Amino acid sequence: MKTKIFVQNILKYKTRYVISSVLSLVLLGLFTAFTSCSTDDTQTVAEFTELVLADEFSTDGMPNSAIWDYEIGTGENGWGNNELQYYTDRTENITAQNGLLIITAKKESFEGSSYTSARIVTKGEQAYGRYEARIRLPYGKGLWPAFWLLGADCGPAVIWPECGEIDIMEYRGQEPTTIHGSVHGNGFSGGNAITKSYSLLNDRFDTGFHVFGIEWAPEYINYYVDDVLYNQITPADVPGEWVFNHPFKIIINLAVGGSFVGSPDSETVFPQTMLIDYVRVYKNNNNRLNK
Amino acid sequence: MKNIKFMHSKIILFSVFLVAITVSCEREISDEVEFATFSKTGEIFTETPIGLGSNFYFPFQGSKATAWTVDEKEGYESQASMRFDVPNASDPEGNYAGAIFRVDGAGRNLTEFDALTFWAKASRGVAIGEMGFGIDFTENKYQVTKSDISLTTNWVKYIISIPDASKLFDERGMFWYSAGTQNTGGFGYTFWIDDLKFEKLGTIAQPKPAIFNGADIVQQSFIGIDLIIEGTQTFNLASGINQTVVAAPSYFTFSSTDVDVARVSEVGIISIVGAGTATITATLDGVKAAGSLTIESSGNFINAPIPTRNPSDVISIFSDTYTNVPVDFFNGYWEPFQTTQSADFVAEGNNILNYTDFNFVGNQFSNPTVDATQKSNIHIDMYIPGEVPSNMDFLITLVDFGADKAQGGGDDTRQQVFFNKALWVPNTWITLEFSITMSTRNSIGQIIYENINFSSLRSFYLDNIYFYSE
Repeated sequence: MKTKIFVQNILKYKTRYVISSVLSLVLLGLFTAFTSCSTDDTQTVAEFTELVLADEFSTDGMPNSAIWDYEIGTGENGWGNNELQYYTDRTENITAQNGLLIITAKKESFEGSSYTSARIVTKGEQAYGRYEARIRLPYGKGLWPAFWLLGADCGPAVIWPECGEIDIMEYRGQEPTTIHGSVHGNGFSGGNAITKSYSLLNDRFDTGFHVFGIEWAPEYINYYVDDVLYNQITPADVPGEWVFNHPFKIIINLAVGGSFVGSPDSETVFPQTMLIDYVRVYKNNNNRLNK
Repeated sequence: MKNIKFMHSKIILFSVFLVAITVSCEREISDEVEFATFSKTGEIFTETPIGLGSNFYFPFQGSKATAWTVDEKEGYESQASMRFDVPNASDPEGNYAGAIFRVDGAGRNLTEFDALTFWAKASRGVAIGEMGFGIDFTENKYQVTKSDISLTTNWVKYIISIPDASKLFDERGMFWYSAGTQNTGGFGYTFWIDDLKFEKLGTIAQPKPAIFNGADIVQQSFIGIDLIIEGTQTFNLASGINQTVVAAPSYFTFSSTDVDVARVSEVGIISIVGAGTATITATLDGVKAAGSLTIESSGNFINAPIPTRNPSDVISIFSDTYTNVPVDFFNGYWEPFQTTQSADFVAEGNNILNYTDFNFVGNQFSNPTVDATQKSNIHIDMYIPGEVPSNMDFLITLVDFGADKAQGGGDDTRQQVFFNKALWVPNTWITLEFSITMSTRNSIGQIIYENINFSSLRSFYLDNIYFYSE
């Protein structure tokens, strides 16, 4: 399956970022005004509260097979991105321990690849809602973890990016203070995706857990990290069809190498781990269009 | 089993009781006692020096003492900065600039910071030799050294990470630098530093400490020999760059697998105290350091025989018996083909040259060269620890620098002397003596030692290198 092909092309969107930032600020102000829907002390950025799926990874061992499927192998052309790893379902690459899902990228020869790691996808699918995960990221050149949504209809009939992709969090191991949130669709995919980056000041993503989330309704997708709403994307922001109107699946993976990050170098430390504390999905419960 | 457990809890209870009594008997500290508190100020220089007192600038020996000033015309987004004028190599007042900035008074508590930061620029693109903090000209216990800080002609922010800030609760050595003209052809330049301060960046992470450059070294040694440990700390910065600084041994906690063979002091000196094998490892702030040193001590070391020739008959290059002539170096680290490292040591007060990873190495004494016209023999004591390789084939070359008394120039001449491996007995001093037969020998400047014909000699010691007359 072809998923996403990135080429860095950030300058193009500078103007858009400025507009988005202003929007975000306004929204942040709005959200701060009615914080009653927040689920905890720090979360003042999301409204949807009806939990429909949660994996807290509280059972040691393999992730819950009622929720997750594995994606094994190298995909087509390194999952469409020249990624270098082979995804397995071995405990060396994926296991739940002490309430955390641990995805481990290892440097080893395996089935013709030089690295192994893991990628899981939800069995279920949903349109709209709030998608949130609490994650500690790895570090080092060439590490590319992601928490993202892919159109459930992606396949031979509906070819990517027509089926749509929402990247809640992507990260380059060589930029330990910055994550990226994007949408891909026809006319705005790969290097032309609608993206906004979010950077921590005086902190980084590989030394502690951070909450990455979106709130997705028919007319907008809001992006947040911890208690900061940093972007909103609406149909007016995309130079193509708004394809975010049908069910999507959640994917969590830790890629090694590929177009977005480049290859690991001699200083990249292996193994590297991505720790996921929880994944929670809420229904869009304040919109009449959503059942 | 149950009974035993029960007994244990009784003992614990009783112990707690005892402790409680003991504690309650202690006198409380009187209200008049005030604990010493150290300033938590991070700033060192903003528009002016901050909290350094009046007498805080101490130049290194041989440096130009007036190199540092406050420049009131330049600054990073401000009106003033620290200006450093690195002198020309020919400057009679000092051929480099270097000094420490030491708090004139009580030390500072830097435990809440994670880096020394500053903005800097230079009059030309140049790599400053070394900068850091933790030198106070007393113990320099927590010295940190960052090498080759590459300055540009624009203001750029620089970061020097703190290996373990918890050690710096009373630190006077705020900053130090050493800048020469090795990379600028001997010509001086100016650089400016502004907003020099300790900061909590929050992005200094993923520590990877190391000793011995992360290598696992095995070394032959002897009782009475002291070895020095060098350690580094590497952090991943917000930029994604892994930055390595040299961290003084006191940042580390060392351990030895056998303290009856080797033990390590707090300042990183390994003392060999017995025969046997011991491995030295370290941690820094709870993180295991990469690298180790395994010492194979064969007991007491027997020094080379003390030379008995009359000093007036000798021109000495390396000896504790005679006064040595000036030597440029005992290891030139000739790039790119030389692999030889130096791990020189002192045995019972006697200095010994120790070459490791040997392929070839040279001693150079060009300033002045040696006139061996009247001292036409050479003496070298050599010791091979461990085993003499079966394929050992050894060459010593003398180089006379000719009329220009300098290497090269088309007038250099050489004498090569080949040695048969049958000469050597392992773990024993062997004396190599030969006469100098080359026609020009009044400007000898180098002795080169070399493996030839794929000889696999990797390590040997030298002592008592001198020219003599019969």
